[in-house]
Amino acid sequence: MAISKILVANRGEIAVRIIRAARELGLKTVQAASAADETMLAARLADQTVCVGPPHASKSYLNGDALIAAARDTGCDAVHPGYGFLSENADFAEAVEAAGLIFIGPKAETIRKMGDKAAARREAELAGVPTVPGSDGVVKDVAEAQTAADAVGYPVMIKAAAGGGGRGIRIAANAEGLAQLIPQASAEAKAAFGDGGLYLERFVRRARHVEVQILGDGERAIHLFERECSLQRRRQKVWEEAPAVCLSPQQRQALCHSAVKLAERVGYRGAGTLEYLFDEETGEFFFIEMNTRIQVEHPVTEMVTGVDLVGWMIRIAGGEALSLSQEDIVLRGHAVEARINAEDPAADFRPHPGTVGGLELPGGMGVRFDTMLYPGYQIPPFYDSLLGKLIAHADSRERAIARMQRALGELTVEGVPTTVPLHLALAGAKDVRDGAFHTGWLEEWLKGRPLADDATPEKE
Amino acid sequence: MTKSTIEAPIPGTFYRSPSPQEPVFKNEGDAVAVGDTVGLIEVMKSFTPVIAETAGTLVAFHVENEDAVMAGQPLYDLEA
Repeated sequence: MAISKILVANRGEIAVRIIRAARELGLKTVQAASAADETMLAARLADQTVCVGPPHASKSYLNGDALIAAARDTGCDAVHPGYGFLSENADFAEAVEAAGLIFIGPKAETIRKMGDKAAARREAELAGVPTVPGSDGVVKDVAEAQTAADAVGYPVMIKAAAGGGGRGIRIAANAEGLAQLIPQASAEAKAAFGDGGLYLERFVRRARHVEVQILGDGERAIHLFERECSLQRRRQKVWEEAPAVCLSPQQRQALCHSAVKLAERVGYRGAGTLEYLFDEETGEFFFIEMNTRIQVEHPVTEMVTGVDLVGWMIRIAGGEALSLSQEDIVLRGHAVEARINAEDPAADFRPHPGTVGGLELPGGMGVRFDTMLYPGYQIPPFYDSLLGKLIAHADSRERAIARMQRALGELTVEGVPTTVPLHLALAGAKDVRDGAFHTGWLEEWLKGRPLADDATPEKE
Repeated sequence: MTKSTIEAPIPGTFYRSPSPQEPVFKNEGDAVAVGDTVGLIEVMKSFTPVIAETAGTLVAFHVENEDAVMAGQPLYDLEA
């Protein structure tokens, strides 16, 4: 192995996860910590901690020069970026390599290519992976839009070419609606973005978010089946599962096979995830984007496949060939993950930093809690609100949810409100138990105030 | 004239303008009315406005833009 000492260029629970994987491989770790994070759990667990800057992430975890200097000063030979921060920054990956260090992730050119939505879509098409049907670029006028929409199929989404983040999206149910909305949308796009260009995309009313985990060594790639992350609030995943309850075995096979084709086409190295939108009504799936890093919800995949994804990222970066073959990857049972955030479900999920008092952790068969918490820990206000991920694994989905419910009941975090009450309500909700949800389901369900004091619990 | 010191209601990162491209909410010497936004505090990626509860003249800031603040830390002085 070309790696002996890793700089962990991240924080929170994922830093703990990386240190654990490295230690099991017999490697040393140096934790990069901002001035606000010197008491965090990862800093306690690492062999060494080095301060990389002030609390604000732009001056510490996003400061590539400081991170690379820290790695060199402490004699590290590799950098693990975790998720978020600089994990999908091609310039950082390049700078790490230029400094003579190993970047634990894909090649910089892969990050750059797959980070460009249009380029990623092109690669997917070339690999024969379906993408969301849409107009071929910008539509000039109503007539051209109608011709394109006929091919795409109604309802269609009208999107601003210069827009982003869901801004200015309109939905037309038919040709008349389209004729009405096009001039309006174009004028608005012009006012908002200085560019009236519009394009069309198929609108999937009840979309489910499925994603395929892959591992590659630059030559060969395999899939580790899929996850479903349709339970989202404000586009943030709340509860994840593996496998996806909505897929038939044939659909699963086709989906996962398509992900391997795309990963091999781009010579993918390390762990990556291909995100898809699944239309339950038609059974079609469409590639959306690729995340070229480890993901928050990777443990559900680890539980159902028994493969240590973070360990493999390090081994592949250290020069080892992927010795797993596709036949080695077998799905065993079902896993669910609940994101435990420092947010107050009773106050519109307002984030809530503070000091952890008493802490009681769940345990027992099939339960895993990846967390940054310890009694007395001061949760800083400068970063996201994720405290940990509670994962329950069992031989069936029904038993995994029952196990999750039991484990949530054992978890007590004193001192700050958490999203535990949300997850208890979700685990008891009929639609969740039936697997009958889509990406808009959670927000609709929350409008019924299922967490209010006077709410009646759902009956089976 | 009485001088009072306004403290941070919550911990986080203090911002003096709505975004880096926009002008500051208030400068030293500006009049502050009840309900005016004086700054923003970012807590775990969500932004809470710092709203004036008393009127007066803002005479001094105790913190810089993008400074980390703790709850109860002095933010600015007001003369009324």
